[in-house]
Amino acid sequence: MLTKRVIPCMDVTDGRVVKGVNFVNLRDAGDPIELAQRYDEQKADEVIFLDITATSDDRATTVELASRASEELHLPYTVGGGFRSVADIRRMIAAGADKVSVNSAAVKDPTLITQAAEAFGTQAIIVAIDAKQRADNPNKWEVYLAGGRTPTGIDAVEWAAEAAKRGAGEILLTSMDRDGTRDGFDCALTRAVARAVDIPVIASGGVGKLEHFAEGIIDGEADAVLAASVFHFGELTIRQVKEYMRSQGIPVRL
Amino acid sequence: MIAVVDYHKGNLKSVERGLIGVGADARITDDPDVIRKARAIVLPGVGAFTDAANAMRELNQMDLLRVRIAEGVPFLGICLGLHLLCAGGEEHAQGKPTPGLGVIPGIVKALPKVDADGNAYKIPHVGWNSIEIKLQGSPLLKGIEDGEHFYFTHSYVAPDSFATIATTTHSMTFPSVVQWRQSCFGVQFHPEKSSDAGAQVLRNFVEFAHEV
Repeated sequence: MLTKRVIPCMDVTDGRVVKGVNFVNLRDAGDPIELAQRYDEQKADEVIFLDITATSDDRATTVELASRASEELHLPYTVGGGFRSVADIRRMIAAGADKVSVNSAAVKDPTLITQAAEAFGTQAIIVAIDAKQRADNPNKWEVYLAGGRTPTGIDAVEWAAEAAKRGAGEILLTSMDRDGTRDGFDCALTRAVARAVDIPVIASGGVGKLEHFAEGIIDGEADAVLAASVFHFGELTIRQVKEYMRSQGIPVRL
Repeated sequence: MIAVVDYHKGNLKSVERGLIGVGADARITDDPDVIRKARAIVLPGVGAFTDAANAMRELNQMDLLRVRIAEGVPFLGICLGLHLLCAGGEEHAQGKPTPGLGVIPGIVKALPKVDADGNAYKIPHVGWNSIEIKLQGSPLLKGIEDGEHFYFTHSYVAPDSFATIATTTHSMTFPSVVQWRQSCFGVQFHPEKSSDAGAQVLRNFVEFAHEV
């Protein structure tokens, strides 16, 4: 049986992990590869490197990171952030990335999803969606760009369905309301998207404790759960999370 | 030397490094002369069946691989590399299936989106799934427990045959490990992306290649 996945996400700029990482025994706490190898030891199912600056200047550094990762990591990895064209995506896939995650560029030009899926396969294309609950309707969510700063007027559930139809292999869904709160995933949002698409949904934003991971899968109906700071600060290990998920009847790899 | 066969469809570094990481002298090559002399051969999986098979024909690799496999060279096909061991494949084929190496009978077909009971499944089949070992004692699975998880990413599957030694279930049960005679193997998952269990499979292959 296909297992549910636990995915640590690392914010990277200029080839270095930026958010504070408080991990014991790391030779180089800023090295995304070394951190990813630690997560591999803890049974992470894959990792995501999110290039949070992604100006044209540091794309080269990120391509270099992807290239190193393809040589030194023994698990699948995704690179996200800053892709504007199929050519950008091609460079990252050629460097060895298993998948890329596209966000703003896909909203601005949805044909990018189809072009990339045709060139590299649907399994290689993740569409990332940042969604915020509408003030006028708690059962609707709006797509935001630029890290939650720019509203688009687009309905998040409809956009997820369109992205899937256009060839996305997975949806990485972040609740902007929950991100950083540690209150748990927005399970209503996650469930609404999961039911609207026939591709895997990765729940993101809001994890603070063990129970939240199982909620994302059971209540949110997600296929994978993503977290960053609870792992980076060593509050929870991935193994702990997976053992808890298994105790709740969720199939995981341990 | 283990030849990692390059048919120009994508990045093979992770396979090469996975083999080097378990002690092999591995080299990515598209050169028939190098493949002809290699002690063992790995056929990685990138791209789609028809594109890969056509490229292999143009690069004069197809007949050469058939000969080397028949001679008993230690051979490992990964993902699409397993598919290419079969008689043919429907992925991107025009009309009738595109011919493969023909070591294993049957045609590679798309994974169905619904199972026999009508339940819907997500395709491509991406993520960590378990294998059920059907035939114990294969050198490729030494130290691998029944139920071990590996990383899969594919939309097509090889047909069941006498060569099946382990299976995996998604919308249907399909061969996830095959063995033909003593020394030709194929895996549907990506050992180079499957952490410690994947490294064990690669190590088993490398050790087998040095013993024969």
